[in-house]
Amino acid sequence: MFKLDKSIACAGLFTLAVLTVNVAFAQATQGSAKFPGLGRNATPAEVAAWDIDVRPDFKGLPKGSGSVEQGQTIWEAKCASCHGIFGESNEIFTPITGGTTKDDVKTGRVASLADMKQPQRTTLMKVPTVSTLWDYIYRAMPWNAPRSLTPDDTYALVAFILSIGDVVPDDFVLSNTNIAEVQAKMPNRNGMTRKHGFWNVKDKPDVNGSACMNNCVAFVQIGSTLPDFARDAHGNIADQNRMYGPYRGADTTKPPVAKLPGAAGEGLAHAKDTHSSAPKGPAALFKNENCSACHAPNAKLVGPSITDIANKYQGQSGAVDKLMAKVKNGGSGVWGSIPMPPQAQLSDADRKTLVEWMLSGGK
Amino acid sequence: MTKKQIELSVEDISAVEKPANRARLVKAPEHFISQELIADINANGLDETRRGFLRKGFMSAVGGAAAGLAAPLAFAAGEGDPAILEKQEWQTTLGKNVATMPYGVPSIYEANLIRRESPGLTRVSAASVAFTPLQGLFGTITPNGLHFERHHQGWYNLNPETHRLMVNGMVKNARVFTMNDLMRLPSVSRTHFIECGANTGLEWGNVAVPTVQYTHGMLSCCEFTGVPLKVLLEECGADLKKGKFLLAEGGDGSGMTRTINLESSLDDTIVAWSMNGEMLRPENGFPLRLVVPGVQGVSWVKWLRRLEVGDMPWNAKDEAVHYIELMPDGIHRQYASIQECKSVITTPSGGQQLLDKGFYNVSGMAWSGRGKIRRVDVSFDGGNNWRQARLETPVLTKSITRFNIDWVWDGSPAILQSRAVDDTGYIQPSIKTLRNVRGTRSIYHNNAIQSWKLDSNGEVSNVQVG
Repeated sequence: MFKLDKSIACAGLFTLAVLTVNVAFAQATQGSAKFPGLGRNATPAEVAAWDIDVRPDFKGLPKGSGSVEQGQTIWEAKCASCHGIFGESNEIFTPITGGTTKDDVKTGRVASLADMKQPQRTTLMKVPTVSTLWDYIYRAMPWNAPRSLTPDDTYALVAFILSIGDVVPDDFVLSNTNIAEVQAKMPNRNGMTRKHGFWNVKDKPDVNGSACMNNCVAFVQIGSTLPDFARDAHGNIADQNRMYGPYRGADTTKPPVAKLPGAAGEGLAHAKDTHSSAPKGPAALFKNENCSACHAPNAKLVGPSITDIANKYQGQSGAVDKLMAKVKNGGSGVWGSIPMPPQAQLSDADRKTLVEWMLSGGK
Repeated sequence: MTKKQIELSVEDISAVEKPANRARLVKAPEHFISQELIADINANGLDETRRGFLRKGFMSAVGGAAAGLAAPLAFAAGEGDPAILEKQEWQTTLGKNVATMPYGVPSIYEANLIRRESPGLTRVSAASVAFTPLQGLFGTITPNGLHFERHHQGWYNLNPETHRLMVNGMVKNARVFTMNDLMRLPSVSRTHFIECGANTGLEWGNVAVPTVQYTHGMLSCCEFTGVPLKVLLEECGADLKKGKFLLAEGGDGSGMTRTINLESSLDDTIVAWSMNGEMLRPENGFPLRLVVPGVQGVSWVKWLRRLEVGDMPWNAKDEAVHYIELMPDGIHRQYASIQECKSVITTPSGGQQLLDKGFYNVSGMAWSGRGKIRRVDVSFDGGNNWRQARLETPVLTKSITRFNIDWVWDGSPAILQSRAVDDTGYIQPSIKTLRNVRGTRSIYHNNAIQSWKLDSNGEVSNVQVG
């Protein structure tokens, strides 16, 4: 009873506190003459909490600093698992680094963008402004824990990335006082144009089509088709169309039909074969519960692949219980430094289904 | 991908607008048994009744072949279609109660038409795309459950009670609005298309995907309800003379930020909470998103939590690293925002299988980020000859217009194309015209004429002409 009383008392105090805050805000309500009572002025603390954007002129950039060395430490702990040790990985996201030269730093134009020598267009090849890197890393990284980096962490990470691209030396310390000088060395700082007709609705388009109505081309030449081996690359198209009506999907698990199926749809699937839109079972659970955000069947993403998990625990007694606990409470250290967040929302039955499915290799 | 250099002469594509009497519906003799009867026999075996049907079927087939007559289904003269003659379960038993499904869902026979990811397009499903199944849609409105999805760091069900919209920057007072406040403001309801800037982006260099779901499915169209941006900014005392740019920021993990052109979009941009009569779906920004008509979807910031008026663009990640267009000289076009005039035939379209020759209502969608659709022309011979399609009304600005055109297919190979013209006089270009100016590495803003090749076996495939 004592416990209960205490919790009620606490709840009461909490309510009071919330009410007080609301009252304070209510006093600040100053709807216009046009819309009295709607909206209120933001407090300076509220604007500071949300207005974190950094513009190319560095408006909004917090004070701070970070070295390449500090950046490397943070990078290896929090970024490398997705982006690679040197930001070069193409496994999960397109690469951050690569494709820029010391000459690009001088000219401000990334030469490899014009001659297609580089197979991938990396972030450093494209980004014209250092503010963009700072803003985005601070705003949205790491992938599964955005807004967890400090301003100094962010300076350090930007310094590290730029050092890999030879924009700054390895002993560089980036800060709010020297970031403008770094901007003057960004490899693609002169690589953007806003001279086009796609910003203002009244601007002039760059191309226009032909209004020709008759005898417009001498012969019709097909320049590109899907290769035969790609017939089923997007799954069975028959399952992606109605199985009744005039427009069925081609059964792409088979070669094209030899002749027209006819009005009765000879040889085609029928309405009763329509696939259920609500797949059940562990694979669906895996996707719906967002496990697939970090784990793939065969490739390492943020977390280990299902195959790797199955191989690691193959034949181990107690593996189901051990993994069920890990899924519920989270875990770290087994597969690298990125922790797995707890999945407390899962029922015991669903957790068991998922774990057993993963241990079977996702079969 | 391979570049098959197939040359099809116009004579080969003889399906060009033939008179209706050229196409005859001739039933092949093997269709003498209905598919329903085959299924029934497979499931239940043969009994006397079914044997009776079979005998009648044979008689009819022989008779039909002898007479050379067409019939939609084969059954004995004087009998008829079992779907009519036999009592169906739904005619002879009691149906379900009202509110059996308190929130209704489509028929089980519609289950194939769902949003789908394009295999291999992205490696992380929380920063990916699910495409709208345009091949199965009618009219202009996208059902809410089929609206395409594009997230940059996953989606959430935001709590509407704690959701806030802050307006700051070059305003008299930085202001905060709750959903209670916003939904009391004077609202408008307008129908607009939303198209991702990367829609059809896979096809700049060559044909890459099989169906219209994957070529054009980052396209949807809804009636949106919300408060005009202008009303909200004026309420906050925005300096609209100096403030020519607006930053829109999302409340998701990516803190999605986009610079909006205030001069261009002040007239029609909406801070919206509703799509198609209900609140926004969580995948589409519940409870608040920006609607920027005519502008690429990435600017329609979802889970909208902040608007900042400013005097220069922000160069956010998705306007300085992505959503930029690489030109042949190595320069990127930045802040290319407007979705230009475009159209596509949705039925028949890539991956579909036609059953037979004869009459078809060929149908598709046209839209322009600069205004209204003025006309749509359709070609059945790969762009040699064109015929004007019917536009369904109302034709709304920066919205999808449905077009239809009659066609009698004589069974010969054909290449179907549509070409839209908007009320600025701009004509949808060919892929060749676009490549001549922008090369093949642009990714974004591919509004080329789409070609679908129909083979004599009734299968439709994605091809590029020229």
